[in-house]
Amino acid sequence: MSYEHEKLAEEKVFKDPVHRYIHVRDRVIWDVIGTREFQRLRRIRQLGTTYLVFHGAEHSRFQHSLGVYEIVRRIIDSGFGGRPEWNEDERLVALCAALLHDLGHGPFSHAFEKVFDLDHEKFTQAILLGDTEVNAVLSRVSPEFPQRVADVVGKTYKDKLVISLISSQIDADRMDYLQRDAYYTGVQYGHFDMERILRVMRPAEEQVVIKSSGMHAVEDYIMSRYQMYWQVYFHPVSRSAEVILIKILHRAKALYKDGYSFKQDPLPFRSFFNKTITLEDYISLDEGVLFTYFQLWMKEQDPILSDLCRRFINRKLFQYAEFDPAKEYRKIGQLDSLFKEAGIDPEYYLVTDSSSDLPYDFYRPGEENERVPIYLQLPNGELSELSRSSDIVDAISGKRRTDHKIYFPEDLLEAGQEDNPLYKEILQLVRG
Amino acid sequence: MLAEHAKIVQMISLADEVNGRKKLQKMVYILKKMEFSFVEKYELHMYGPYSEELTLRVEELCEMGFLDETCTDKGSYVQYTYQVTEDGLKFSETGDAPVASLAPCISKLNDQSSRFLELVSTLLYFDHLERTEQIEKVRIVKNKLNFSDEEIDAAFAFIAEMSACAAA
Repeated sequence: MSYEHEKLAEEKVFKDPVHRYIHVRDRVIWDVIGTREFQRLRRIRQLGTTYLVFHGAEHSRFQHSLGVYEIVRRIIDSGFGGRPEWNEDERLVALCAALLHDLGHGPFSHAFEKVFDLDHEKFTQAILLGDTEVNAVLSRVSPEFPQRVADVVGKTYKDKLVISLISSQIDADRMDYLQRDAYYTGVQYGHFDMERILRVMRPAEEQVVIKSSGMHAVEDYIMSRYQMYWQVYFHPVSRSAEVILIKILHRAKALYKDGYSFKQDPLPFRSFFNKTITLEDYISLDEGVLFTYFQLWMKEQDPILSDLCRRFINRKLFQYAEFDPAKEYRKIGQLDSLFKEAGIDPEYYLVTDSSSDLPYDFYRPGEENERVPIYLQLPNGELSELSRSSDIVDAISGKRRTDHKIYFPEDLLEAGQEDNPLYKEILQLVRG
Repeated sequence: MLAEHAKIVQMISLADEVNGRKKLQKMVYILKKMEFSFVEKYELHMYGPYSEELTLRVEELCEMGFLDETCTDKGSYVQYTYQVTEDGLKFSETGDAPVASLAPCISKLNDQSSRFLELVSTLLYFDHLERTEQIEKVRIVKNKLNFSDEEIDAAFAFIAEMSACAAA
């Protein structure tokens, strides 16, 4: 039997709190899970700094990746199998892409990508196609197989139905992370009837569609997503931790560029500071490395770097205040001046941050921001865009919600306000 | 504090006005690829490279009163036009002065259709690949837009022209 079709002598299962069990029969999947690049995902948290707010949120991208794989496996093996719109030759590429779609995420990936101008999707493709253990496993299927998986992840695969399984407005990625993040944070949002959705998913020419009788389960899924974004993903305290994390990395980079002499050589970061990152540099970095350096940097001479690291490690985060850009944008300039006058560097201690989410959207000609809509398959076989049938979804379609905040070191300002009247002035201004 | 916002206002100010959200997205992406210092993060979307961060920034600039967004019903579609307000002009002066080559590059971009800029930006998204592979990717991603060989040749020529303009 070819490696592509080789099955394990016995099915392997991973116990999972969200899906109960993750089932593996394919030899290729089992071998991919065992590679060092996939095992690295155990050391990357799924929700970055959220654990500082919801203490249960310590789950990893390893767990999530297995979960996405399991959902795609169920869709294909139970729902799509035997249907003429589904090409069974795409099964393994779809499973591998589901398992490996987050392979290139770095430690605290969003903050890290922002500071060093990186793209995790490009690193996922680089790992799939580079001199790696994952590539060696995938290449055993066929020489072009790693490229096929990379094309699905990069959304350039010829069969768009396969892409839509892991990247669309109702895909396995979202269905796993909403439930998993809800489970680990302990919130009551994020739950929806996934079993029902899986039962009503149908393969169509270029994307997954939903049998119209499943509309209410999809409504519930979209509302769950909406609530998770505002209750968990955009939580202001978690954002505060991320703001500090970004500032730590910026400060370390700026010091390095200025020739600052670190007590401990920041060896794992050098290529990131110099923009000469190799694949091996990237793979070697995980959250353990970052935490080690944050601990070391707490003892650095530079007062800004040591203070920011102390804040992050000991959870002495910045306070936040609401900010309405339409009415208060001048406040930012005033605060910037006051911070400078008071001897507090606004570059590191005064931050504006915006969160914005669009829960669901459909195609509007002429507008940017189009997303592939969710289609319901009507009893006569025709497709109808979801918001045409659902009043609930129609009410939130295309409606963007945005939230703006200012982050600042309230503790420092409060402690010093008796001695420094500028601190008091800053506090009064920022609190409105 | 709002230096990145100021760059977007400067860019639209230099263009005088930008017609269409898609066009604005593609213009910033192409300028970024030409090494102008825009920081907005882009991903591949239905209409080519798209930045959620830029969408949010433009929305904020409209809320702040620095950009004026007008919506025109074109029958089968709507078009958004962006112009800088007087307050926006003052605000843009708070940022660093743009490099001299930015204005002619913006002018070249603004003279093109959004469809053409969509093609150019998608080719640039795959600029780490060989030319034939770039074209192949565009044909897969944009299969419904049926770009002709002439359009693709013109897009490559435009990229070369833009590179020269940015380097001048």
